[in-house]
Amino acid sequence: MNQFQYTRPAETAVAVKSLAKEPNGYFLAGGTNLVDMMKMGLVVPDKLIDINRLPLKKIEKTATGMHIGALASNSEVAEHAYIKAQYPLLALAINAGASPQLRNMATVGGNLMQRTRCPYFFDTAMPCNKRTPGSGCGALEGINRMHALFGASDKCIAVNPSDMNVALAALDATIHVTGVKGPRAIKIGDFHRLPGDHPELDNTLQKGELITSVDLPTASSAYNKHVYYLKIRDRTSYAFALVSVAAALHIENNTITGARLAMGGVAHKPWRLSTAETFLKGKAVNEDNFKHAAQIAMQGAKAYEYNKFKLKLAPNAIVQSLKLATGLAS
Amino acid sequence: MKKDAIGDSLSRVDGRLKVTGGAKYSGEYKVPNLTYGVLVSATIASGTVTALDTRSAERAPGVLAVITPFNAPKVPGYQAGAERPVRGLKLFNDNKIYFNAQPIALVVADTFERATYAASLVKATYNTEPFETDFHKNIDKGVTPQKGNYKDYVRGEANAYKNAPVMVEEEYLLPTEVHNPMELHVTTAFWDGDDKVTLYTKSQGVKGSQRSIAAAFGLNPDNVQINSRFVGGAFGSSLRTWPHEIAAAQAAKLVKRPVKLTLTREQMFTQVGYRPLTIQKIGLGATADGKLIGITHESHSQTAVYEEFTEGAVNVSQFLYNSPNVNTLYKVVPLNVGVPAPMRGPGEATGSFALESALDELSYKLNLDPIELRLRNYTDTDPERNKPWSSKYLKECYQKGAEAIGWADRKAQPGTNKEGEWLVGYGIGCGAFGAYRGNAMAKIKLMADGSVNIQSATSDIGPGTGTSMVLIAADTLGIPADKITFELGNSAFPNAPTQGGSATVSSVGSAVHDVCVALKQKLYTMAGKPADSMEPIDYVAVLKQNNMPSVELTQESKGNPEAQKYSMYSFSAHFAKVHVHPLTGQVKIKKIVACVDAGKIVNHKTASSQMIGGAVGGVGMAMTEEAVFDERYGRYINGNFADYHVPVNADIQQIEAIFIDKPDPVLNPVGTKGIGEISLIGVAPALANAIYNATGKRVRELPITPDKLI
Repeated sequence: MNQFQYTRPAETAVAVKSLAKEPNGYFLAGGTNLVDMMKMGLVVPDKLIDINRLPLKKIEKTATGMHIGALASNSEVAEHAYIKAQYPLLALAINAGASPQLRNMATVGGNLMQRTRCPYFFDTAMPCNKRTPGSGCGALEGINRMHALFGASDKCIAVNPSDMNVALAALDATIHVTGVKGPRAIKIGDFHRLPGDHPELDNTLQKGELITSVDLPTASSAYNKHVYYLKIRDRTSYAFALVSVAAALHIENNTITGARLAMGGVAHKPWRLSTAETFLKGKAVNEDNFKHAAQIAMQGAKAYEYNKFKLKLAPNAIVQSLKLATGLAS
Repeated sequence: MKKDAIGDSLSRVDGRLKVTGGAKYSGEYKVPNLTYGVLVSATIASGTVTALDTRSAERAPGVLAVITPFNAPKVPGYQAGAERPVRGLKLFNDNKIYFNAQPIALVVADTFERATYAASLVKATYNTEPFETDFHKNIDKGVTPQKGNYKDYVRGEANAYKNAPVMVEEEYLLPTEVHNPMELHVTTAFWDGDDKVTLYTKSQGVKGSQRSIAAAFGLNPDNVQINSRFVGGAFGSSLRTWPHEIAAAQAAKLVKRPVKLTLTREQMFTQVGYRPLTIQKIGLGATADGKLIGITHESHSQTAVYEEFTEGAVNVSQFLYNSPNVNTLYKVVPLNVGVPAPMRGPGEATGSFALESALDELSYKLNLDPIELRLRNYTDTDPERNKPWSSKYLKECYQKGAEAIGWADRKAQPGTNKEGEWLVGYGIGCGAFGAYRGNAMAKIKLMADGSVNIQSATSDIGPGTGTSMVLIAADTLGIPADKITFELGNSAFPNAPTQGGSATVSSVGSAVHDVCVALKQKLYTMAGKPADSMEPIDYVAVLKQNNMPSVELTQESKGNPEAQKYSMYSFSAHFAKVHVHPLTGQVKIKKIVACVDAGKIVNHKTASSQMIGGAVGGVGMAMTEEAVFDERYGRYINGNFADYHVPVNADIQQIEAIFIDKPDPVLNPVGTKGIGEISLIGVAPALANAIYNATGKRVRELPITPDKLI
């Protein structure tokens, strides 16, 4: 392996300062993604700043909702009693991803930073604008079965692989970060980017910024009753989503008073279905309305040679997730 | 009643070692002064490597050597006119590239990490030539194999199905599947002088490895020691000696230190074979009452440009059903890919997917229950060779399997059986695999304390060979199993065939049986009793009376000449019950029943495990596994365990193994036939047929992923 410096600071300010000076440095948390990429030569860091000693592990109820420290493990979040009760969508989505071993190691902050699983990104013998800007997109005219339907560019059609992110998008999470210029808050919808001309940038973090926590709004608006995370994949566990849907509804007297919907496996970022949410508000709980919402959600979708099936699978998954969330299916 | 007898359920004799980490696999031997080899792979699919810049690699810390086509010490078996030529890829012997990911250099360093890093520094310059990896585009270039008996086969009239009252004519595609055992291929090699070499290597046949390594280096086989005591799965990928094993020995000779070479998971997709991409056309013609008139089976599969690989993909159509007219054709298409290798149920697993799917399609056209269709075409003799079966209980497999799966609940009309939103379907898929027996030897030693040690140079790639052998010995000698040890995986032991083709219990089990009988006879004689006496004697007392510390015997066991008069196969009927969601294409495999006629079952516990493991392999073949190629580069895009989907626990619900358990009277003295291959053959069509029964969707291209069902 390439030689690199390794430090393990105990204070957040030190960690942030340390990375700001390092043009080719990386924060190391659970390592479930970064270490793999180092082994494959996709990332060759000069410096690793191990942040596991930073005091960022707390999961607690706050006046405005829920605070989840960036270093809380995926398992801790998914097994947290209050999260399970009040934010079940998050627990369901996390448990749909990876394996227990990986969820034990992976952190919430790291999961937000997880890089795409596009095979062209992973093979240094093939072109990839995300890995090597300007080298071309291998997937555009390659095997693009796992790739995007929404928001892609001719530079990159990769998707964000995370399940957790899809739930966070539906739950209106806020990402708290800190850097040498001080802390700031980023809405989840603004955290991940679309590829555009710069697919090498997955998110809007500035150089040296560190995720410190993920905050969720109060439980009363957390959509905790009628929820479902439906993940369609090639095997029943330990596979990335062909398509996934996070669905959460408020229902009064069989009328939908609020809807939260987001999709995974279809875009460079977790894909919030705002127009479908707007449509569902005030509508009765029935399959026809779900089908209509799915149709609205799919407007603007564009498929490639090998992922055309997603144009059918995605709306079907939206309908089915809504049926499962509302008890129309079990 | 005997304490431990054939037909019992004995726990694995090495189970404790395996679950406590005490079992040492090839990569785990601590050899003093060990060094580590890491292969560098080509990134083009055809051409030559014109230069290799190895300067940075050679200067990197800990590096001892960088072996390339330009500096590699000559391997005698690779040279033209070699006395014992080595088949296949001659690694580093010249600078030609035949396939993408072919190794072009081997870096040896004092640690694995340093070797890996130095390997990343090797820079290649290529002269790229046009390459062909697109099977579909090149299918017309298919050729009838040169070696083996793969000539076009005609019985009666060719293509008779076309004139039948009811006809099916369809194409079936099996993608490339990779063995992917959990244990990576690893070889540790070291020399004693210039003419003696020892290898700890992942091998299904230590004697075969011994011969290959001896041939490669021009050595006397007695000077080659192969150890492979534990194998963490192989599925056919360790039937032969691969170029990287020879390279490890070549490197060890060069650096004069032991070298351990471990393939990466990615290299496991390109260096040690796979089940080849195959397209099959099946034509079936039948009378209105379901009697087959004609079967046509044509198969094309990929092979490498530098070595021909063949398997019996069309064989099953020649004998499994009674049809007056059968014709088959088998061709291979040479491409710029690594060479395939036999993978569990080689040929038959591929062929039975096509044949058994087509038969299912025919049953719907005839409006006939699929089991009834098979019964109407049942054959009591082998129609291909005109010989009687040594034993065949396939009818019983149909009946017992149908009962266990709940076939009575199957609805003939697809899409009409529902549980909630889920569509319910039942399917059957049958298979056959030759029951073989090779020559094998075993050495037995009875000690003064009454303990018995048996040695044979066989392997155990997972079925529990040692356990079965201990049970056969316990039964034959009439002593408890815990008095007996069985040693394998060492080329210094008496000769045994490679573990493959489901023949180990039949071959080595016969040797163990025979050597135990011989020992018993000797002891009876020593005790002054008739050799065939049924009266129990005290072996320890006999030794004591004769003043002997131990008694030792070696016996070779050869096949039964009577066997020539028979056709010998194991038969299976696999049943599946599935739930399919019509909106999302998700499939839940509720239950698989594997009912098999494999002769006498020696050890029910390990045999059941083997059947279950084979069924899981079949689930992978049917539902999840596919090595995906990007034809533009000739490279796999999913060469890892995250993206190449081997089934996980969540894919499997219930698998039940049922044995007919009636001894075969011909093949061997114990009455066994094999189960290793038959456990997988027929699973994929059973699942595809169940999915059709549930949904009315016929998937002819594996794997059956959700996108194909919406």
